[in-house]
Amino acid sequence: MILVSLFLLLLIHGAAFAAPFPLTPPEGFRALDTPNDAGTSISLVWKASPGDSKDRKVQVWLAEKKANGSVGEFKKITELPSKSRYIKPGDFPWWDQPAAKGDHYVKIPSSQSFPIEDGKGYAAKLVIREGDQEVSSPVSEATPAPNWVNLAQINNLAFVVVFTGILLTSIGASRRNPHMYLRRIAGLDAVEEAIGRSTEMGRPILYLTGAGDMGDVSTIAATVILGEVAKKVARYDTTLKVPHRDPIVMAVCQEVVKEAYVEVGRPDAYREDSNFFITGDQFSYTAAVDGIMLREKPAANFFMGSYFAESLLLTETGASTGAIQIAGTDSDHQLPFFVTTCDYTLIGEELYAASAYLSREPVLVGTLRGQDIGKAIIMAALILGTTLATLGVLVQSDAVNYILDLFKDFK
Amino acid sequence: MIFFKRQLPLAITLIMGVVFALQYYIPHPVSEDAITHLSKWMQIISGFAMVLGLASLFQVHAMKIKRQVPGWGYSGILFFAMLATLAVGLFWSKGETTANGVQTAFGWIYSYTMVPLQATMFSILAFFIASAAYRAFRARSREAALLLTAAVVVMMGRVPLGQFLLPWTWDVTQWLLNVINSAVRRAILIGVSMGSVALSLKIILGYERSYLGGGKDQ
Repeated sequence: MILVSLFLLLLIHGAAFAAPFPLTPPEGFRALDTPNDAGTSISLVWKASPGDSKDRKVQVWLAEKKANGSVGEFKKITELPSKSRYIKPGDFPWWDQPAAKGDHYVKIPSSQSFPIEDGKGYAAKLVIREGDQEVSSPVSEATPAPNWVNLAQINNLAFVVVFTGILLTSIGASRRNPHMYLRRIAGLDAVEEAIGRSTEMGRPILYLTGAGDMGDVSTIAATVILGEVAKKVARYDTTLKVPHRDPIVMAVCQEVVKEAYVEVGRPDAYREDSNFFITGDQFSYTAAVDGIMLREKPAANFFMGSYFAESLLLTETGASTGAIQIAGTDSDHQLPFFVTTCDYTLIGEELYAASAYLSREPVLVGTLRGQDIGKAIIMAALILGTTLATLGVLVQSDAVNYILDLFKDFK
Repeated sequence: MIFFKRQLPLAITLIMGVVFALQYYIPHPVSEDAITHLSKWMQIISGFAMVLGLASLFQVHAMKIKRQVPGWGYSGILFFAMLATLAVGLFWSKGETTANGVQTAFGWIYSYTMVPLQATMFSILAFFIASAAYRAFRARSREAALLLTAAVVVMMGRVPLGQFLLPWTWDVTQWLLNVINSAVRRAILIGVSMGSVALSLKIILGYERSYLGGGKDQ
């Protein structure tokens, strides 16, 4: 009797496992204008089904609406497994979700085979297939339209506004109290020493502004530091050589150096050929600068700005000539090479802080305080985020995402 | 002409800085078209700026030849190579590196002189890395000894022979790279990002203007 019961039980269980979920039209299917886009795509959403599997396929069919309101011929756009394209936490922020978490979401961008234009109407339907069976969803219509604001990135904009406010407040505070403490940056303190050494040895100073153009913040920082270095060079009456990879950077640096000489009252000592162009090619430039180092043996080499594979080729050659070397870069991948081969290295943000440090102007120094407050906020956000994310996992709750989403970068 | 030298550039910087920053938040085609348009302008300006660069190059090397400074012969070689490449490219090859599937003279110059020269410079890096590593990994202090140990473990963990001889180095390497190294890199990147945003704001708002030349006339 027991054996028979067990057999029946197994039979029922087996039947339950084997019984496929019947093919049903997708629930809650709708087409919509893709949020936060240029109006060249439409999106489709529908509810998840217990029958979703890798073997069950979903075909997306689209048709263009004609001017008289009728729907044109449907065209198959794509086919995907029904157990895919779910909305996961982190895909969309809670304030701008096209559908609930766990629903299916498919974005259909404009393509050559099926162009999608803003302002035109489109009809969409899904066909669910499994084996030789298929069911179709009701047709849903949407008209793509471009958006003026990317709502998913509004948190990012809010942080920019807050950070700008912090910076302006810090600048205001530094104007009222100009004697703010700045921690010592050895690399910048060594600038004076390097220039003095060059003067004593009667050798030139070589200053490189990196691989970037004037669109790179690090290159701008390098030109700003060049101005301060040039003032000291002008006072000491030493030779400055600035070889360039970018003609626009060269033109800016010429102006910066000339103004520096004028400012310290030595316009007569300025040489037009102190800034000169070599080439835009990475390794040709490196070979030329290495040649200058070996032939003219500068007593001090400055490497400021962004660098790539040429960093070690430049600094190792400079080290072999016995020059005092000061580097400053935001290229984190090149930092080990600079640290190894240079006497002093400005790491990351120190490069940006250099102009404030060297000039000691209260307005510039104030922004450093603002940066520090910004970093404190980021550190607090990191601790809060880690705690909340851990709590969310422990209590199995999505409620923490309302706060975590505020700190995420959504595209 | 303080207006053209200071106020106008600062106004352009402010307007373009705000426009470029806001563009990031505006997906509308108007915004995208404007950026495409501005990018084309930047390319055109860069093209004209190349004339400045070439003028500087000619001036510097012509002066070296004129004064016959030591090594002036290299300046002569530079002029010869530049003008010869220009002539071959313009007159013999019409700016093309291949024609009907066959390499042109201009293409030959690029493939058989420029590329090997670039490869030579790049390959020197291997020797420079060896000499720099030797200098960095001399265990002269506790920090240097720690660096040396970590480097040896990572090197062993990254090569098949090292993993075969010391299988534990794989896990330690992964931990060093994913935990210690990543944490430090992220800290540096956060600092870089904050500094970059702060400097950008200073430039857009006109607080930092020394890149225009001078800086005391605020």
